[in-house]
Amino acid sequence: MSIEEKQQEVIEEFAFFDDWMQKYEHIIELGKELPLIDAASKDEDHLIKGCQSRVWLNAERSDDGNVIFTADSDAIITKGMIALMVRVLSGQRPEDIANADLHFVKEIGLHEHLSPTRSNGLVSMIKQMKFYGVAFQGTKQ
Amino acid sequence: MTGTETTYNVDRVRAQFPILNQEVHGRPLVYFDNAASSQKPTAVIEALREYYNHYHSNIHRGVHHLAQLATSAYEETRTKVKAHLNASAREEIIFTYGTTDGINLIAQSWGRKNITAGDLILISALEHHSNMVPWQIIAEEKGAQIKVIPLNDAGELDQEAYAELLQDEPKLVAFNHVSNALGTVNPAKAMTAAAKQTGATVVIDGAQAIPHLQVDVQDLDCDFYAFSGHKAYGPTGVGILYGKREVLEAMPPWRGGGEMISSVSYERSTYNDLPYKFEAGTPNIADGIALGVALDWMNGIGISAIAQHEHELTTYATEQMQAIDGMRFIGTAKEKAGVISFLVGDIHPYDLGTLLDQMGVAVRTGHHCTEPLMNRLGIPGTIRVSFGAYNTKHEIDRYIVALEQGVRMLS
Repeated sequence: MSIEEKQQEVIEEFAFFDDWMQKYEHIIELGKELPLIDAASKDEDHLIKGCQSRVWLNAERSDDGNVIFTADSDAIITKGMIALMVRVLSGQRPEDIANADLHFVKEIGLHEHLSPTRSNGLVSMIKQMKFYGVAFQGTKQ
Repeated sequence: MTGTETTYNVDRVRAQFPILNQEVHGRPLVYFDNAASSQKPTAVIEALREYYNHYHSNIHRGVHHLAQLATSAYEETRTKVKAHLNASAREEIIFTYGTTDGINLIAQSWGRKNITAGDLILISALEHHSNMVPWQIIAEEKGAQIKVIPLNDAGELDQEAYAELLQDEPKLVAFNHVSNALGTVNPAKAMTAAAKQTGATVVIDGAQAIPHLQVDVQDLDCDFYAFSGHKAYGPTGVGILYGKREVLEAMPPWRGGGEMISSVSYERSTYNDLPYKFEAGTPNIADGIALGVALDWMNGIGISAIAQHEHELTTYATEQMQAIDGMRFIGTAKEKAGVISFLVGDIHPYDLGTLLDQMGVAVRTGHHCTEPLMNRLGIPGTIRVSFGAYNTKHEIDRYIVALEQGVRMLS
């Protein structure tokens, strides 16, 4: 599935929710389900420090050269948002990640989590994911 | 409404704050982030409008009519602040951009002149970064040492440890009157008296005290007292630094420019008298004028009446919050002002703050610019609710419902 198809999938999934509460309950659930990052990767090197919550991000190459992301956060709502980002961007080609327009966040009404004023580490995490996309382009693995 | 609320007419106070009458995420706004910044009454908003519509001009230099109107309105605030703080002279009242700016002025002017290698600077464990970092900068520059007055478990400063630290004869003692993170009211008068006995200069960060306490700088006997307008129903971008006249007179200017000089040649300048020596450049005239209006507004209601109202709100909220499973109050000092800092179980403050926001309740989450304090308490941060003159018990009821809902969703 392409990044665009994954985004559409998330948008459809969120279309079922009538109110904010169901939406956040789902985000919290996703946060709880997000596979934990490898303990070895939960260190200072992988830490993206937000003022409000902390995020850890690790990127690896799969055999086909695509990028596999794993991530974690100390706040569960941030973690739920991370789960969505990982779902959309992980397993994709580096150049597609670098060029991705993550419009789904706005369409599911959660773009306020990407406001720099929230300082939750998410904006920096997306930047970092795209940076990996750029850095991995043109390299084999 | 209870009997006490009929004497304090909170509805009448509230009606003067147009911003409160709005919905956030489809719910009526409950603004409980007053310790970060309070909202502004119509009188303050109108003063700003009036100034720009009718008499804006640069001050102190112009001979024309508007310049004189603007100058006298601006200087009137100085007179009002002098009275409000019970300072002994207008010259002791310096306009700044806020508390942080005032403390930096002390550090860069008084500190540069007086702090030398090996000196001791004493700060408290409760300090905001703004009463910490300016001292770290000057300490590093001069080779001075910083020590910290520790806390007890209630979040009060350990007065015995303080007395012991004073035996090392610090050059300077800096602490806040009221803690922004925990709401602890420090015994400022006794702490100042003890510091003075060892010959220390005393700086008090009054940012959180001015909206809640009647402050008398002569009674406190501190050398400096700094506060911001925006936490006390006034505008952002303006604050006051009080300094004892003889201390200010002995200090070199910090910023250079217009207004602060008496004569200038290409080689050297002689400096203006107090308070203008410390007020280089065109000041924040409109907000300075409106700050005076904000003080009048507070005094019109009465600071003790506001404090009493906030105390009732704090007590009422604390009682109801206690019933929530896993509730952990952070900071349980005997003397507190308008702040409840807390955690619930192992819920991250950011998560609860986000859900409260969805339900229209504005709170502060995080380390409150007191990272060392949070480290000392062994927590990543707290959720903080803080009350102002216009908050109501009805809002607390709505907040409690939202809090219970949020906790349920996150448990």
